[in-house]
Amino acid sequence: MINYFKLAYRNLGRHRRRTLFSALALALGTALLMFIAAFFEGEMRSAMETTIRLNSGHLQVRDADYDLDKLSVAWDYLIEDPEQVANQIAALDQVAAATPRLFASGIVSVRDESVGVQIMGIDPASAANDPYRTLTAGEFITTDDRDGILIGLPLAESLGLGVGDKLTLLVNTADGDVDEQPFTVRGIFTTGTTAYDKGIVFLPLAKAQAFSGAGNRASMIFVLMHDREQADAVAAALQGSNYTVETWVQLNELLVLVNDFSNAYLSIINLIVLGVTVTVIANTLLMSVLERTREIGILSAIGMKGRQIVSLFLAEATLLATGGIAFGALGGWAISAYFAGVGVFFGDLGLSSDMLLQDRIYPYLTLDASVNLIVTAFIVTLLASLYPARMASRMEPVEALHKAQ
Amino acid sequence: MEVVKLTDVTRVYKIGQVETRALNGVSMDIQSGEFTSLVGPSGSGKTTLLQLIGCLDQPTSGKVIIAGKETAGLNRNQRADLRKGTIGFVFQFFALIPTLTAYENVEMPLLLNGKNAAQRKQRVMDLLEGVGMIERARNRPDQLSGGQQQRVAVARALATDPKLILADEPTANLDTENGEQVMEIMKKLNQDTGTTFVFATHDPRVIKYASRVVTLKDGVIEKDSRANGK
Ligand SMILES: Nc1ncnc2c1ncn2[C@@H]1O[C@H](COP(=O)(O)OP(=O)(O)OP(=O)(O)O)[C@@H](O)[C@H]1O
Ligand SMILES: [Mg+2]
Repeated sequence: MINYFKLAYRNLGRHRRRTLFSALALALGTALLMFIAAFFEGEMRSAMETTIRLNSGHLQVRDADYDLDKLSVAWDYLIEDPEQVANQIAALDQVAAATPRLFASGIVSVRDESVGVQIMGIDPASAANDPYRTLTAGEFITTDDRDGILIGLPLAESLGLGVGDKLTLLVNTADGDVDEQPFTVRGIFTTGTTAYDKGIVFLPLAKAQAFSGAGNRASMIFVLMHDREQADAVAAALQGSNYTVETWVQLNELLVLVNDFSNAYLSIINLIVLGVTVTVIANTLLMSVLERTREIGILSAIGMKGRQIVSLFLAEATLLATGGIAFGALGGWAISAYFAGVGVFFGDLGLSSDMLLQDRIYPYLTLDASVNLIVTAFIVTLLASLYPARMASRMEPVEALHKAQ
Repeated sequence: MEVVKLTDVTRVYKIGQVETRALNGVSMDIQSGEFTSLVGPSGSGKTTLLQLIGCLDQPTSGKVIIAGKETAGLNRNQRADLRKGTIGFVFQFFALIPTLTAYENVEMPLLLNGKNAAQRKQRVMDLLEGVGMIERARNRPDQLSGGQQQRVAVARALATDPKLILADEPTANLDTENGEQVMEIMKKLNQDTGTTFVFATHDPRVIKYASRVVTLKDGVIEKDSRANGK
């Protein structure tokens, strides 16, 4: 057996710098793609997780006629006796937390400035509200607080509010009127998602109900599961005549769509970057073939067949690919791991509440994505080297010998 | 026994509109064990003839039979196979593979012929011994002189025990001493093993080694003489 790899290794060693740069091109391409893949994955995971935690939950149980976009507190659209419904749901094994929430639309005003907000009445004791418990100042609201309010950091900053300051809150009530009342800022929270924090304020459920005239009703039961894959099963079990039950998949259709879209987008980026790097490799091999015309002629003259000549050049491509891709994968992994720790700051991208993103994105490299990328890069490199390799194998020995003389 | 039989062989090169009749109806036989020298002025068709005999090229018309085998209609791989087992080449330039050591260069045809490691080692050492290159076995071509390279090339040509060795101006790039040395090696092999040699040359000092001299001119055989009384 001819040791093609030995020959290939020596041939690559003939032009160390050229070999190094081609391998480097492949390494950079691989590293870059790996980081991009990790970034996209991190972004999509964060978006899904953040949106579920802050906004959609794993399941929502609402009145069949409730419209999520209108924030109406008209009694017809609300769930009666929500604590009891929530307790029943919370009793299910698969459910981690179930809590009533009341939404109303309102306006916060301080001196002569006012900002439209969503008012959310929550049960301060529920674990489902933990994401709001990260306070930068003051304290979380309590169940029987009558004039305390929790506001987000961006809102506090834009209105110049601190803990203990007063604000006036206006609310659209159940009977289609407006009401207004002074509140005291108890605490300032941050979820790390500016788009969310700047447009919402929290009241204890009882106070929100009283203030908006919703009686003992709530807009929805917000449910978190132990395992989100079980959402469908639980939803099916809960489906009642006058309730709508929606799962996180249904509630985040846009996000699922964006996820698919970003995967397609990622494929295109892969194609472009790999296309460029692989052109570099093909070019290197092509130069190598043209320079070695005479040598190929000699090998052919002493009886080397086309297939064996192809193998010789494929072995070179394989070595180049192995070195370049291995280095690139290592680099890509290192960069991803570093940024997975510190995050990449993006700030408020101004996305709607349908798709919430943390201000910092933490790349997340999956084994799947890495293996995929490595295998693809490898195959594409070998495919690209096929052309120069075949060209070498098709040289007529006489012509190959002549050219050199 | 005939190792080579050429019948009315013509080779026309066409470059654009210009046709060059490098060989024009050449017929000749080469017997086993002959030490043939092809001579003639530059452009007379020596290299072209060697390439046709070596199955590196195919005639425009005429028949080329090598070791009893008709070569017309063989595809690239079949021709490579024929070369591999039957023909050894020594070129004017020192045609060694630059990344391989002297040892590995001689070993290459044996690898291509599927010989096992023990067979290869024995054979390569014998051959290098034969051309006096045993101490340089581990050297790369760029660490060898022209004469040394050409001796390695001769060893490589002999590796598979071919019936026929074709050498195109093997001494053209060598000084007198090295040229003589290479010719001596070939002559000795011819005498010891009965291997058939055909070489093209301008070098009158080389022609004296030949048992037969074929003179080409403008693509035809002008003279064919069995000289030196062999
Ligand atoms: N590949 C080619 N394409 C076109 N013409 C060629 C080719 N090879 C050889 N010729 C022409 O064919 C003729 C014979 O060439 P060949 O190389 O056989 O001569 P030669 O006897 O070996 O000469 P030299 O002693 O200079 O090596 C020449 O006129 C040459 O120009
Ligand atoms: Mg010539």
